[in-house]
Amino acid sequence: MTESPTAPLPDARLPAREPALAVTDVTHSFGSRKALDRVSLTVPAASFTALLGPNGAGKTTLFSLVTRLYDNRSGTIRVLGYDVRRQAAAALSRLGVVFQARTLDLELTVQQNLLYHATLHGMGFAAGRRRAGEVLEQAGLAERARDKVRTLSGGQMRRVEIARALIHRPRLLLLDEPTVGLDIASRAALLAQVRALVAEEGIGVLWATHIIEEILPDDRVVVLHRGRVRAEGRAGEISAGAGTLAAAFLALVGEDAEVPA
Amino acid sequence: MNAPRTGTRDIEAGVAPLPERAPAPTPPSSDPRHAMPAGRFRLPLSGYAICLAGICWREGLRFLNQRGRFLSALVRPLVWLFIFAAGFRSVLGVSIIPPYETYVLYEVYVTPGLVAMIQLFNGLQSSLSMVYDREVGAMRILLVSPYPRWFLLVSKLVAGICVSLLQVYAFLLVAWFWDVELPPIGYLTVLPALMLSGLMLGAMGLLLSSVFRQMENFASVMNFVIFPMFFASSALYPLWRVQESSLVLWWICTLNPFSYAVELIRFALYGQFNPLATAVVAGCALVFLGAAIFAYDPSAGVMARRGGPDNAR
Repeated sequence: MTESPTAPLPDARLPAREPALAVTDVTHSFGSRKALDRVSLTVPAASFTALLGPNGAGKTTLFSLVTRLYDNRSGTIRVLGYDVRRQAAAALSRLGVVFQARTLDLELTVQQNLLYHATLHGMGFAAGRRRAGEVLEQAGLAERARDKVRTLSGGQMRRVEIARALIHRPRLLLLDEPTVGLDIASRAALLAQVRALVAEEGIGVLWATHIIEEILPDDRVVVLHRGRVRAEGRAGEISAGAGTLAAAFLALVGEDAEVPA
Repeated sequence: MNAPRTGTRDIEAGVAPLPERAPAPTPPSSDPRHAMPAGRFRLPLSGYAICLAGICWREGLRFLNQRGRFLSALVRPLVWLFIFAAGFRSVLGVSIIPPYETYVLYEVYVTPGLVAMIQLFNGLQSSLSMVYDREVGAMRILLVSPYPRWFLLVSKLVAGICVSLLQVYAFLLVAWFWDVELPPIGYLTVLPALMLSGLMLGAMGLLLSSVFRQMENFASVMNFVIFPMFFASSALYPLWRVQESSLVLWWICTLNPFSYAVELIRFALYGQFNPLATAVVAGCALVFLGAAIFAYDPSAGVMARRGGPDNAR
């Protein structure tokens, strides 16, 4: 992947062995409640890794730690080899995030939203405007650049958020349940957009979800339940014994968890 | 529950080994971005300026898009000026106290207090928007910027101060038509005073935003912060008058940092410098700012203990 035509990206020259995200032995508790218990997982470069878990599994805590909303107290989290706690600036500048909550300014235009994000990464207005044009083109939303975000559909907003997360050319993209509340067509469009990023640009993607249909047999899957990693591997391998991924998932998280749709 | 961990991790191990070697990647030295060891990754200085400019630009755009916010920010002090001050004009006599050199009308006396009130509302309103931002996640977008968190928070404050300056000058313009004329130099000398008082009030709002979890708490912020601070200060009446009626209240007013913000602005509007007020406002600004930065610190702050926005239910 590193010698792909996208090579002008500085990080594309990193050794391919460096995973986009490596979480090692991370435990995190709030008071007496353990939100994450010795969690280790890997998102290899140019991979689509699904983080599958019922609500309350610890996905949001994990995302908060990786994006350094607060620090991990034990274990290490590395983005492209950079420790999120010790080399935060280096790690965060290689990281793009789409949060579960909508985070666009509804009153501003699509382009203004993207430009604001570009400046947050130290990209000047001219360069930001150029790059915003590129990522919007990629997302198929170039003609909406000057429209207010309020006028967009839910699916389009999500695609803008993904475009925004890509503006500073991250090598790791985190998405926290991005398809919640979207209809089937928008969900498929969103998945196609993200899978294209993996295939064409070699970005490592961590896609948190509880919707099993979004996962293909060749995707990597990490099953998280009650703060623990219950399984990690190719979807096809995890489901091998149980027949379907849904059945395997159910067996892994126990009968008390609700069956995902 | 006790399902065995699938053995796929071993299979995966060949694909994606956890990095056991030195943390820093060893990239080609020709790449300037990686020329230094990873531990010394530095953000370019120009990026700080761009980042600050971007945050202010967004705040300005948001402000211009929210006409209602601008109007209410302007109407609130004008109601005080047009109605309250006019009504009390004959009741409250204000004797000659510095910085005034002659008897002044009550409208003139109350104007600096109303300017400070604009900033108080603005500071707490951006704290409201911070709580709101935190809920909708815009705050998180801000905080995933690679720039240091203290810098992001200070930038956010600077952006809020710029917005409050627009509001204050719009108010002073209307007040001028209402015959509250200040010495021309005052419009200039008040600028640094406004920045300092705006910093103190904004930092206070930022600190409160890290403490309050939900939007609806802004009603209690109004009740427990804005009104007491405003009324128990020198904004509406000189402190010697308060002292005549109640010594306890006088002490409260004297200990209220907002009084010093009002006096700082009052003196600056007449081209004068009040060292005590400046020192108190600057000191409070530093304390509030330090506490706010601590509260938002990823490892020490309240978020780490409480679990941040999404777990703070």
